[in-house]
Amino acid sequence: MQTITYREALNQALAEEMERDDTVFLMGEEVAEYDGAYKVSKGLLEKFGDRRVVDSPIAELGFAGLGVGAAMGGLRPVIEFMTFNFSILALDQVINSAAKTFYMTGGQLPVPMVFRGPTGAALQLSAQHSQACETWYVHAPGIKLVTPGTPADAKGLLKAAIRDNDPVAFMEGELLYNLKGEVPDVEDGDFVIPLGKADVKREGSDVSIITHGKMVHVALQAAKKLEKDGIDAEVLDLRSLRPLDVEAILATVHKTNRVVYLEEGWPYAGIGAQIAATIQEEAFDYLDAPILRVTQADVPMPYAKNLEQIAKPDADRVVRACNRVLYRNGSAD
Amino acid sequence: MTDTSTMSREAGKGDESMTGLEGFETDQLKGFLKEMLLYRRFEEKAEEAYAIGKIGGFCHLHIGQEAVALGFIGPLRKDDYVITAYRDHTQALAKGVEANAVMAELYGRDSGAVRGKGGSMHIFDVEKGFMGGHGIVGAQVPLAAGLGFAIKYREEDRICVCFMGDAAVNQGAFHEALNMAAIWKLPVLFVVENNEYGMGTAFSRVSALPVKERAAGLGVPAHHVNAQDILATWTLVEELVEKIRAGEGPQYVDARTYRFKGHSMSDPVSGTYRSKDEVESKVKQEDPISLLRDRLFDAELLTEDELAEMDREVRAVVDEAADFAEEAPFPAREELYTHVYSEVNEHGRLFFDGRDREGED
Repeated sequence: MQTITYREALNQALAEEMERDDTVFLMGEEVAEYDGAYKVSKGLLEKFGDRRVVDSPIAELGFAGLGVGAAMGGLRPVIEFMTFNFSILALDQVINSAAKTFYMTGGQLPVPMVFRGPTGAALQLSAQHSQACETWYVHAPGIKLVTPGTPADAKGLLKAAIRDNDPVAFMEGELLYNLKGEVPDVEDGDFVIPLGKADVKREGSDVSIITHGKMVHVALQAAKKLEKDGIDAEVLDLRSLRPLDVEAILATVHKTNRVVYLEEGWPYAGIGAQIAATIQEEAFDYLDAPILRVTQADVPMPYAKNLEQIAKPDADRVVRACNRVLYRNGSAD
Repeated sequence: MTDTSTMSREAGKGDESMTGLEGFETDQLKGFLKEMLLYRRFEEKAEEAYAIGKIGGFCHLHIGQEAVALGFIGPLRKDDYVITAYRDHTQALAKGVEANAVMAELYGRDSGAVRGKGGSMHIFDVEKGFMGGHGIVGAQVPLAAGLGFAIKYREEDRICVCFMGDAAVNQGAFHEALNMAAIWKLPVLFVVENNEYGMGTAFSRVSALPVKERAAGLGVPAHHVNAQDILATWTLVEELVEKIRAGEGPQYVDARTYRFKGHSMSDPVSGTYRSKDEVESKVKQEDPISLLRDRLFDAELLTEDELAEMDREVRAVVDEAADFAEEAPFPAREELYTHVYSEVNEHGRLFFDGRDREGED
């Protein structure tokens, strides 16, 4: 095992996949000469040249569309959005072109490509630079969505996403890039995590905190706090939201009978709304309490530090939600 | 044009902007005429079928613009790409997609070009290099840049022709894509089918500059052609294709044309945005088919009998396409769920409509 950062894990995945397959190229703002706005692509220009590591103009709709066209032409583009906030400009190409082309062509034309970059809140970046974009992408059939929360998941899932034959949105955590973690050594062979497999990040028996992406760490903090209160929480990291590991969701529901969904995004039609619907459709009789959701406050992200703090989901709110589904008064109340 | 034999033979006569017939073989010229006649008859058949409810949804006819399709696609190689917007039937035919497959698609049948999943606006035939059929104004322009990028990436000498309507030049996607095509010298020929109206809005009302000048600030060489004149168009396109193939980067053409029918089948030919007189005078004077026909008559390269035979032959192709479409099966019920993803992953659920749970419909 090597201990590397989330950023280095992504870099390794890109380098390995570019090494493996000449049709893979990286395009986006600042990805080449600047080494990436978050340094994810550091050294790749030097290694692969400007044919395969391409600085784009600031034109999200344009270069996202160019990526779709290149995929239609047989390449495997990795399109980096400096953040997914800016990708809202590109949604026409993501939804109308990337996600629908295979269907619209009666199966003639697959679109194997990755849209990647950070999503979610950072620190005091306010409304337009701090938002979770998962629901924009997961809503449309035809596209897949992956949200790694650890360095190992980042590496293994990015490699799988690049090899997948469909468009995959790959959402990273802006505040995770420096996070260190254990990742299998390069010498130990190809490390690929298949899409659609959730991961139990903490075993527990009293309540299930289901989550994805960066919130995995908030869930683990909450579980630690609950532990002090004698509550044994399970943390299920979905890792991939489409395909979705429904089996793993049902397994944790069967085990604990109580669910809190934790996500960075807004509640309305959010990821938790879908998970709650799926659970009540398929495991209603196993539930001992209504499913609760912990989300961002239903407001655009404010700038002021104190307001931002209460707008974002945190471990204390998760603890309170867990106590409510357990019908108990916890120490955090 | 409903009946070639009654059309004015005076149309286009003495128009000095026309190039001569020099440089074209007689067979080639007759081939142009027959090909454009096929497009015309195909669209007339589609119009008829739409009127009796055989074709649904939106249906945008290319009548009046035939020389654009032939002039910009005819000089291409089989392995070149063509991509266009939703007025796409005749471009598909020009790129070699079978008339049967196009008509069956309009009829929403399983034997259609995209198996009944796209309809009129989304004809594709990847084997023939026909890359659609795109429904959002201007959205195909970045896709064309991407196809050009893929060609250049693999160091091939193919090119991509990208059609768009005049309204598309006001979309951000157009400017973003042409800029990238210019900086990376992508092998793309951008063609604005300038039929003067974006749906019901005259181009002059929504652009301070003419179509040709809209690419000027992006570094893509711009050209203008009277695209009702197939010979002038063909000549220009041959020249531009050669330059692009030689690695000179993208080119841009303001191809001036005119739509003889409404924007789509649900919109009248004339009315609030253009007068009946305007349309009638264009049909009389600028029909690309009559213009070529009369030049061939004048040069005594074509007889009335030959023309009538040509028309019989293309009508037979179109009638067969309609019969084929009529008899083709509708897609099976299960086809609703096919081709959403090209790779169904081993793990996880991709669909959330309950289809895979027992006891549900």
